[in-house]
Amino acid sequence: MSFGVVMLCHTALDRAAQVARHWARHGCPVVIHLDRRVPDRERDGLVQALTDLPDVRFSDRVACEWGMFGLVQATILAASRMLADFPQVGHVFLASGSCLPIRPVRDLERFLDANPHTDFIESVTTADVGWTVGGLNKERFTLRFPFSWKKQRRLFDLYVRLQRRLGLHRRIPDGIVPHLGSQWWCLTRASLEAILKHPDRSRYDRYFRRVWIPDESYFQTLVRQVSHRVESRSLTLAKFDFQGRPHIFYDDHLHLLRQSEAFAARKIWHSADLLYQTFLQNAEHAPRPAPNPGKIDRLFAKAVQRRVKGRPGLFMQSRFPNQGRGGNQSAAPYGVFEGFDALFQDFRPWLAQAVEGRVHGHLFASERVQFATGEAVFKGGLSDSATLRDYNPRSFLTSLIWNTRGETQCFQFGPSDVQEIAKFIAQDPNAMVFAVTGAFAVPLWRSGRSAHEVRGEVARLQKIEADLIALVDSPESKARMRRWTLGEFLENPAEPLQVIVDMLNPRVRQRRADLPRLLPLAGFSSFLQDLRNQGMQPVLMGDMPETLDSLPNGRAPVMSQPVE
Amino acid sequence: MGILQSYKLRWKRKRLVFRAFRKRRQLRQVTDRMQGLPSQPILLFSTMRNERIRLPYFLDYYRKLGVDHFLIVDNGSDDGTRDYLVDQPDVSLWSSTAGYKQSRYGMDWVMHLLRRHGSGRWCLTVDVDEFLVYPFCETRPLRALTDWLDSTGTRSFAAMLLDMYPKGAMHEHPYREGQNPFEIAQYFDSGNYTIRKNWPYLNLWIQGGPRARLFFTDQPKQAPAMNKIPLVKWHRSYAYVSSTHMLLPRGLNLTYETGGGEKPSGCLLHAKFLDTFALKAEEELKRGQHYAESQEYRAYRQGIALERDLWCGWSEKYINWRQLEILGLMSKGNWA
Repeated sequence: MSFGVVMLCHTALDRAAQVARHWARHGCPVVIHLDRRVPDRERDGLVQALTDLPDVRFSDRVACEWGMFGLVQATILAASRMLADFPQVGHVFLASGSCLPIRPVRDLERFLDANPHTDFIESVTTADVGWTVGGLNKERFTLRFPFSWKKQRRLFDLYVRLQRRLGLHRRIPDGIVPHLGSQWWCLTRASLEAILKHPDRSRYDRYFRRVWIPDESYFQTLVRQVSHRVESRSLTLAKFDFQGRPHIFYDDHLHLLRQSEAFAARKIWHSADLLYQTFLQNAEHAPRPAPNPGKIDRLFAKAVQRRVKGRPGLFMQSRFPNQGRGGNQSAAPYGVFEGFDALFQDFRPWLAQAVEGRVHGHLFASERVQFATGEAVFKGGLSDSATLRDYNPRSFLTSLIWNTRGETQCFQFGPSDVQEIAKFIAQDPNAMVFAVTGAFAVPLWRSGRSAHEVRGEVARLQKIEADLIALVDSPESKARMRRWTLGEFLENPAEPLQVIVDMLNPRVRQRRADLPRLLPLAGFSSFLQDLRNQGMQPVLMGDMPETLDSLPNGRAPVMSQPVE
Repeated sequence: MGILQSYKLRWKRKRLVFRAFRKRRQLRQVTDRMQGLPSQPILLFSTMRNERIRLPYFLDYYRKLGVDHFLIVDNGSDDGTRDYLVDQPDVSLWSSTAGYKQSRYGMDWVMHLLRRHGSGRWCLTVDVDEFLVYPFCETRPLRALTDWLDSTGTRSFAAMLLDMYPKGAMHEHPYREGQNPFEIAQYFDSGNYTIRKNWPYLNLWIQGGPRARLFFTDQPKQAPAMNKIPLVKWHRSYAYVSSTHMLLPRGLNLTYETGGGEKPSGCLLHAKFLDTFALKAEEELKRGQHYAESQEYRAYRQGIALERDLWCGWSEKYINWRQLEILGLMSKGNWA
């Protein structure tokens, strides 16, 4: 028992000739079907190149339009020729001109000899197929497809819609259960003959003539009626991208292909010299590495993933997502701190240690960007120039977060900063905003100026902060926010601080014992009262605790209650 | 996007195409070596002036990538550029002595050649200091890329300009003829680019890199654009609008994905900042033939006068395309 190879060719005929020669040289008869549309000159070249091989034959030719019945017709023609001309053939292996055998022919021969009655063809019912692209699944069999998808797309779509609208359906012929699967199969002589000589074949052919992509369903469906043993898998490795186009193999895939368990691969790029050379000349004797087909799957799955989803938070020349598709998302969670640095002496170093991340100053300060270490340039080449930053604050922030992947970023933000970025932060699901509202007044009070002098400034900053809070608090906002009024915060600063650490550094489960040191706030309450007396209403600060004046100045607050 | 807008753009495109057609008279063909090209050649188009020292490496680089033929316009060189190009078997040369600026910085000439010789073919339009890097460029020739783009029905391929610079002042490492310029200019800025959509052309407008960081901190809007679409399957009705930054019809500019995924893209490594640069800046200033009244060069000259090093502690040292892909400057997309 041996097997024969049916090759469907339409381009790169020099490569097809090379592969046909390879099969023939190892004792496999080959029947080549050449697309009718290939010019005679090229056909003659191919025939000439193979003229010394008696077991390479050419079948009659039909035109093969992708997705149409021609491809099936071609397969039938060539397979019939194979069965008629080579009575010793036990299996027929269907390949294309850009298929390349990636395991020794002898391996395949041995494998088929061990399974003389098995049909290797991927054949899955339409309900179970996950891989069809474009939504046409069951409808491939129930609508009519007289138009070419590639050349008459408009008519194709129009006619599909029309049929759907009118509720037109074809009746699937009795005895047929539609199955789909890879076009590339390996069938036994018995099954193939049974399909080709089936009494109802002309009826089936008539039906499949108007099915879409019948090369993926004709044999896959009919084999179920005639075969005793179907092993539903293809012996040919073929990977498809997210639009249903086959992935192409290049020289740099050599190692992967050698680890495949399939016997042939498609498609091979026609100029992949190394692949052709390796598998056609040296492969018969070369030792194979241990098979690892999962590696190939992963590679191509990742490629599809990259094309469809991309890397979140990356904005670059070929990924620029719209608002609803990740256009408002940065690469990693980060913390925005409003008001904290006004209350503590050493908040930034403390936070950096507690969350094991990088804590910047006011990144959006109006004079210059305050990077963590006070540098003029930060990771990725970000400049501390406020003009550059304000030219495109969104790019600035997303770049910063992207550049520092793997390290949590935190920065201070306040009402005196440039506010343009606030809109982005509010929409960013990775933003965590922690705010002590009203704390902005503390530096003003500490400046020593009187309530009368600063009331205008307090009112202005209060308005800005209130707007920011409203923005982040709005139902559309995607940012997470925890906020405390200054009064609430001072009641028990330890608890909010623990909340922050838990949110930004969830891995660390043990509680921080040390806390940053509060600035002395004795007298602040009366400052607020002064403001009120001046006719300015401080609303964001909340009610100051009565103990404010006796708060332990300059020392860490004591943790009083356990955190939930 | 209204009908009026499309109509305006259509006219703009027609004007550009016609303008290039008129400027054809400024071109004089010196050599024509296009006989016997393969049926689907990959062509490279470029305009240059006094680039003799850069040429050997430039031609060699692109020959290795698989460019089949070079179509070059020489704009009045007097340093032997022309003689060198005349001797190359795979270069067809035109010369022009007309103003560089008046021909839209050489674009009119190149567009005429694109229209005449590039229709239906993959055309790469680059300057002599731009070196294309694309996914898998070490193992797959340019033809693999264009074949793949063909198979997906893509007509244009984006490659952002990436300014490369040396560590230390530029004159410290003189460039030798034939040398890989990136042995000297090894560094680049990896993550300080600003991107916005450029209405109504729909391309992305990218700025940043060392030039923006150092020379344009006060006027970021003036910073040079880094977005480029150098590789296009040309059609006679296409037009480059401003350098190779964007095209008309504007569908060609949609080289990016808006649904969240990544399309494939490359980078143009920009070997501008070598010791030859100071000389060039001086010359261009004198000629006043460069972009935006040579404002860019003026800005550089001030920078150079200060002996400013473009390098900083966060500069990234170039390794290969995979590094650029990991840094997010380019992408493999679904090409695997």
